Order: sequence, then C-alpha cells, then structure tokens
Amino acid sequence: MPKKAVVDRRKCAYCGACVAVCNLNANELIETYLEIKDNCNGCGICVKTCPVGALSLLEV
Amino acid sequence: MFDVVVVGAGPAGSMAAKTAAEKGLNVLLVEKRQEVGTPVRCAEGISKDSLSRFVEIDRKWIAAEVVGAKIYSPDMTEVVLAEEMAGNEVGFVLERKIFDRHLARLAAKAGAEVFVKTAALSFERTERGLKVKLRRLGEDWEVETKILIGADGVESRIGREAGIIKTLKMSEIESCAQYLMSGLDIDEKYTYFYLGNELAPGGYAWIFPKGDKSANVGIGILPSLAKMPAKHYLDRFIEKVGIRGRIVEFVAGAVPVYGEISTAVADNIMLCGDAAYHSDPITGGGIANALAAGYHAGTVAAEAIESNDCSASFLRRYDERWKSDFGARLRRNKKLQEFFLKLDDETLNSLARSISGKKIEEMSVQAIIVELLKTNPSLLELLKDFLS
Repeated sequence: MPKKAVVDRRKCAYCGACVAVCNLNANELIETYLEIKDNCNGCGICVKTCPVGALSLLEV
Repeated sequence: MFDVVVVGAGPAGSMAAKTAAEKGLNVLLVEKRQEVGTPVRCAEGISKDSLSRFVEIDRKWIAAEVVGAKIYSPDMTEVVLAEEMAGNEVGFVLERKIFDRHLARLAAKAGAEVFVKTAALSFERTERGLKVKLRRLGEDWEVETKILIGADGVESRIGREAGIIKTLKMSEIESCAQYLMSGLDIDEKYTYFYLGNELAPGGYAWIFPKGDKSANVGIGILPSLAKMPAKHYLDRFIEKVGIRGRIVEFVAGAVPVYGEISTAVADNIMLCGDAAYHSDPITGGGIANALAAGYHAGTVAAEAIESNDCSASFLRRYDERWKSDFGARLRRNKKLQEFFLKLDDETLNSLARSISGKKIEEMSVQAIIVELLKTNPSLLELLKDFLS
C-alpha cells in the first residue's frame, strides 16, 4: 500500500525540521501551518526527524 | 526595482539587509511570519566577541551572562571550561524575541523596507535580474531585484530552488526540542552540556540560564541515530537529571550539522545563516556565523551593484569572505563531530575522568588532546582524522 505523511496539527510545533529533510519539497511551512503536498511519497524521513512526533505515515 | 531582496528576518537576513542598506542600496527585507523573532528556535547562546563584532551590546536583549561551561559525561563526570575555551556559545544568553526585532529595526533604520507576513514563493530569471513572487498579507505580489539573499533558515527554499544546496540527510540535521523552565535551582554563571549516546544520541542536552532562576532546557539528537522524537529524550533527560521547575514555554527546531558547503552563491543569489548550513556542527550554535555571513553578503551585494556584475563568479567574493571568516572552523568542527559520534558512553566517561578537575582555561585544544591521549592511547586512531 502506498503511504503518505500526515500531520497532527495539535502536536506540530511548526519548526520546519520536516521541510529541511524532504527531498521532494512536499512539506511547506506557511506561518504556523504545515502543509503536506500530494507529491509526498511516504518515505518517512520527516516522520523520523520531527522533534515532537507530530508526523506519521498513513496508508492511502 | 530593488537592488537586493532579503528573504528571512533572522540574524543573518537582518544583518545582510542592514549592511546593504547602509551602503546605499535599495533593499527589501521580507519575513514570512507576522512577527519577527517568534517562535524562537534556538538555545540563544553566543560568545561576547562574536556579538560585539557586529552589534552594539544592549542589555535589553541580554537575558544572562555566563563565565563558563560545565560538560557532563554519561556518568555525570564534570568538566569545567572557562569562557575562553568553550568556543562560540558561551558568554551571553540572548532574548532572541527582542534581539531579532532589534536587528530588523536596525535594518529598517538603515533604510531597508521591511515587510512581515510576506512569504517568498518562487523566483524566475529576467534580463535585469530576478523576478520574485511574494505573498504579502495573503495577496500575491511580484518584485524585481538584482540580487536575492536567501536567509530563509534551515527550511530554505531559495537555496534548493537555485540548486545551491542539497537537502539535508537525517545524519546532517539535529532535531531539537526545548523548554523554557522557571523556578530552577542552578548556578546561573554557567551553561551546562550533557553528553551520552543513550541520553542524546548524536547530540547533547543543554541548560542555558536566562536569569531569575529560569533557563532554556533543551536537547538535540540526530534522527539517523535516535529511536524516538527529540521531545521524548528531553523529558527523559529532565527526569534523569532531576531538573525541577515549571515549564513556561515549549519550542522545537532543527539545526544543520553539515559542515562547510562548497559554495553559497548562484547568479544573482547568495545564501546566509542556516540556509547555507552555516551553523556549527559540534555546538549547533548559529547566531555568530549568521551575523558574519549576513554582513559579508550585504557588503558583497554593494560591491556587485557598484560593479554592475551580479554573476555567480563575482559573488564568489562572498564565498571567499565567509569561508575565510569561519569556513575552516566549520570543517574542523565537522571532523570533531564525526569523531565524537564514534565514542561510546564508556569512552566518553573515561575521557571526562582524564581531564575532570584540571583547569581547562589554561589549556589549548592541542593540550586537551594530548592530555586525552595520555590516558586514552586507543583514541589515536580515531583522532588521526581530526588532527590531519
């Protein structure tokens, strides 16, 4: 099953760590709002990098 | 048409904008957040020297002053470093919320336009330079500029879009979490660093006093080595060391620990600060190099406009300047970081024991290494890399 990263906005501390490690530029931090775009391929690097555990992979 | 558009109003961006504006350039400084300086993503430590090099010290944004650093190995053996030895990050603990605003205001005072809640979305090349697409207070907006300075932080878009930098790997970024705690019982004359592969895999935990019994209590870990998010390790550290206080603020962040990039420029574009991975690979400190890089970028921007040449080959002057300023230190400290990553907790303990109690203020880095080798000859193999 293909996967995609999803963000728990109640946990996200909008720090941009996930943006820095995404090879596809799929994560964007807009002000204090993290957006994950459709080109996310579910590689999981951002999930492992997030300092607060706000990201997880979801089967799509 | 602007001479310079600076993206990001952190220390690097504001310093670049201020410097360029002081030299008479037509400068626009944009910040995507609606407030400069928040949320803070930083432990806020900086040496006095690297600060006073570029800014007149103002007590308004100095939260605390420290005289040294105390480093703890996994078994809590203490090593005390005096100020001169502890590198970039001892001296002042800043109040970044006020400091960053002060710098942005200095840029404005020097004549730069400053726009907040303005994000740089993309840019394209034109005959005269670059067209930068912005979104200002929710409205699309385009400006033309001869030079674009990307000071847009660890999540820099400009660097990647320009093809200057590669995306960081999980072994090249410290994932960080930090509390501001109050009601702490600590000696506020020191900063505190805690090492250990269990405690903070690939990084360290810190306590940086901020005055009135408060301190930044944080941790940085390498995602490639860690099994849990940074916040988990932070909570465990606080429990293990027995830090008692109230948490009054929580921030997260990420710090590049890449070392020196080969170039920070492209045609019409310069990167500075975290966007150029200028943060120190061993301490994670970024403010000192960000200020220096911003200053050099602003200066070179003025020279490029004056010479009417904003090509990459002209802008390499900027590379030369930041590299001769702190490039060698980035390279050396990257090697030092790689060396530390090879040490298990037992070795860290034995290292700490071999120099614990000695007066480190009287010792050079070389002397410390010799001291370490005397008691730990097996380190020679590991240290070869670093010494070469």
